[in-house]
Order: sequence, then C-alpha cells, then structure tokens
Amino acid sequence: MTVKYTEDHEWIRVQDGIGTVGITDHAQEQLGDVVFVELPEVGATVARGDASGVVESVKAASEIYAPVSGEIVAVNDALADAPQTVNSDPAGAGWFYRIRLSDPSQLDGMMDEVAYKAHAGA
Amino acid sequence: MTESPELKTTPLTELHEQLGARMVPFAGYLMPVQFPLGVLGEHRHTRAKAGLFDVSHMGQLRIDRADAAARLETLVPGDILGLGAGRMRYTQFTDEIGGILDDLMVTNAGDHLFVVVNAACKDADTAHLRGTLGDAVTELPDRALLALQGPSAEAALAALAPEAAAMTFMTFRAMDVAGVPCLVTRSGYTGEDGYEISVPAADARRIAERLLAHPDVEAIGLGARDSLRLEAGLCLYGHDIDTTTSPVEAALTWSIGKRRREQGGFPGAARIQAEIAGGTARRRVGLRPEGRAPAREGAEITDADGQSIGRVTSGGFGPTVDGPVAMGYVESGFTGDASEVRLVVRGKPMPARVARLPFVTPGYKR
Repeated sequence: MTVKYTEDHEWIRVQDGIGTVGITDHAQEQLGDVVFVELPEVGATVARGDASGVVESVKAASEIYAPVSGEIVAVNDALADAPQTVNSDPAGAGWFYRIRLSDPSQLDGMMDEVAYKAHAGA
Repeated sequence: MTESPELKTTPLTELHEQLGARMVPFAGYLMPVQFPLGVLGEHRHTRAKAGLFDVSHMGQLRIDRADAAARLETLVPGDILGLGAGRMRYTQFTDEIGGILDDLMVTNAGDHLFVVVNAACKDADTAHLRGTLGDAVTELPDRALLALQGPSAEAALAALAPEAAAMTFMTFRAMDVAGVPCLVTRSGYTGEDGYEISVPAADARRIAERLLAHPDVEAIGLGARDSLRLEAGLCLYGHDIDTTTSPVEAALTWSIGKRRREQGGFPGAARIQAEIAGGTARRRVGLRPEGRAPAREGAEITDADGQSIGRVTSGGFGPTVDGPVAMGYVESGFTGDASEVRLVVRGKPMPARVARLPFVTPGYKR
C-alpha cells in the first residue's frame, strides 16, 4: 500500500489500483470546523488537479483537487450527516472518495509522508 | 503566524497569544480569529454559557458639549435628543444620498455622549464627527473594550461588579469592575444577553483574566463573533450595509425614531423619508438554504426561473440553527416570509427560503 500527498494537502492511499482520497490533518486544522462536504458523482471521470469536491468550514469553502486522474468509484456518504469526521479522523473515517487510477505512474512524482511533513512545516 | 509589523495590537494581544489563539489581520489589527476551542465550540459555548470577546479594535469616542445630542442628530437618523441619561441606541451615519457611512452605538452617559464605531471606519468617523462637533470629540485610544456575552454573563460580571446585575438591555452605568472604574453597557452583538465593558488599557488584561477565571466564561474569537451576529440577524458594516444601501433597504427603519422620520434633518433624509413612505425596490432579508451547503457573501440570488433578484451579503453555517444561514438583498416581490428563491453556489441554483430575522431567539434582558 502506498500513501502519497499533494501540495494542496490531500492524501491518497492506493491499493490494487484504487486510491482513497482525503485531506491531511494539517489541512483540517487550518480549515477549522468542517460543516459541509460536497463530493463528486460516482462514475465521474476526473483529471489530476481538477476540482473534485468542496470542503466547507465555518470560515470558508475550499476545493478538493483530484491528486490523480481516474474514475470515481465510491464516495463517503457518511460525511453528509457527519462532516465533522473530517476534523476528528482526517486520515481514516473522514475520507472523501475512491478513485480508479487511470495512470498509476502519476504517483511517482508525489510526496511521501516525510516530504509532505516538511512541506506542511510540521 | 502572519505577524506584520504595521498591524496594531490591543491591550489583550499577548493574552490571546498565551491562550493559544490563531491571530489574523483584521481592520488593521492583529486579532484572534479563534482559540483552541474552535469556532463551533466557541459559538455554542457563548449561547450556552458565556464568551469573552476582545473588541478593543473598535473606536471609542466621547463628546463633551452641551448641544452634543442636537448636533449629532444632523449626522444620524436616530433619536439622540430623546435618549435619556443612562440609555444607549443603535444608529447609522448617513451620507447626502441616504447611504450608510458606518453604524454605531450612542450612549447618553449623563454629562457626555459615549460613542462606539467600527474599527475600519474609526478615523473617517472621527473626522466626520469633528466636522460638526469640533474639538468636543475625544478619541479614547487608552481604553480597551471587552464584550461579555451569553446567559452566564450576568453572573460572571456581577461577581466583580454587583450592580451590573440590575441593568437592563441597552442601558449604561459607570461602575467599578474589580475595583477599576469602567463604563458598562448591557448590550452586545451576538443576540445574547451580555455587556460591553470599556476598561482603562492598563487594567484590561487583569479584568479579562478575572472574567475568564469564572468557570462559565471562555475566550471567543472573531470567527464565532461573526457566526453569532449572523444568526442574530445583525448587520456587518462593509458587507450587509455600506454607502450603496440605505437604512430602509437594510431593514433598519426600526432604528429611526418617529420624530426623526417626520422632521428629517439628517443626511439623506429626503430619500429615507420617501422610502419609509413609499417602500424600496429591494430589502435585506434572512435566507435559509434548504440543503446543507452554505451560501456565502457574493452568491447570486435568483427566482425559481433563474432571474437575478439580488445577492447574499453575509452567509455561512449557523451552529445554533445547525444549518446554513444567510442574509442578502432581494427585490421587493420576494421579501415575504418563506418566499422561494435560489442561491447560486458554485454555479448551481440551490433552493432557499426567505426567513424571519433573527434566526435565533434573542436573550436580551428587557
């Protein structure tokens, strides 16, 4: 299993060609209390860097960018009623969607945990 | 932390930082946007118990002049001559075409008027006041301003100043708080019962710490201050009101006394009197999106057919309402309670209804 990070503070955990996407602990802390999450449609095709959802905190709305290209195969419907899960468990139950990677080589240039922590200033 | 050298601080800046606040620039000041409790927690705590807010960035002024009330009435549509000693009132500085230059609180402190204006407008307001009242206008930069808001505010302040308990909403008393001479009003901008306490800067930290020592009181940042005032249906200058909106369009006609409506004598009176008599083409209303997505400032408001009828001026998530809330201006055909509208969020029209303001029942002690 591979976990990679984007400069925009998303994480993607890939297993068997399917990536689970969420935002990092650093990102949720910067956003503050999450009150609403807008997720893409299952079956939608997104390109790397596309806006593929929105996470709204009490303060502001932020786009979620697709870390890789592919097809959305599942979304975390539980966030509709419990958006605060993004704050309490960003790397686990607060995931946003699952994506079938169309080009797994896109992962190669992405940050690993050590590089991301340096990027986030942690 | 983004600390620019040109940002001003308040007598409580160090305390905020020690309490773990996230500090942001606001109206030229370095201010706490949230404390470790977080915006939602701070909002809910204020409605359930009590919150302490540093509002020292706001402008505090006093006017010492026998004809101060009469002269101030030439700048604002509020009834200032009719404001009895120990009472306060909300009003606006209007311009010649009836737009709003700023909103303010005016207190009759007995031997002088005490005025509180918005931080971003205070230099312009001071110059504006001096144009009419001359050197009778004194800025009070050596005073901090604390707001203590919420159902436990009375108990928390009365522990340091017993006579605060007897005050009613929108009244004023000079009193000692923990032995320090303060100017106290029973007022605020959250929809809750509470007080605003003008404190000598040198004593501000000590009094803030005494109030925070009360088990029901938490420090609250600007983030929760904004969601609290939005749920309370109160205007934020520069967003819900500005020089392009009149007090009548802004649904602030209640703040214009009967005598002033009849006699005029304030800037923009011709327009404002005509609007009171004949209505306006648009008006500020409350808006409740039907889904969970917040509609933020700037979102377009349309009718069911997609025709533009206005814009959201404040919007976000209301923690007490437990859903999105907003305010905005809509055309006169859509101001009725429960009128169906659409709020365009990220290009999508979201169903919403016009709602009565405030969104929460005020806790004011009448």
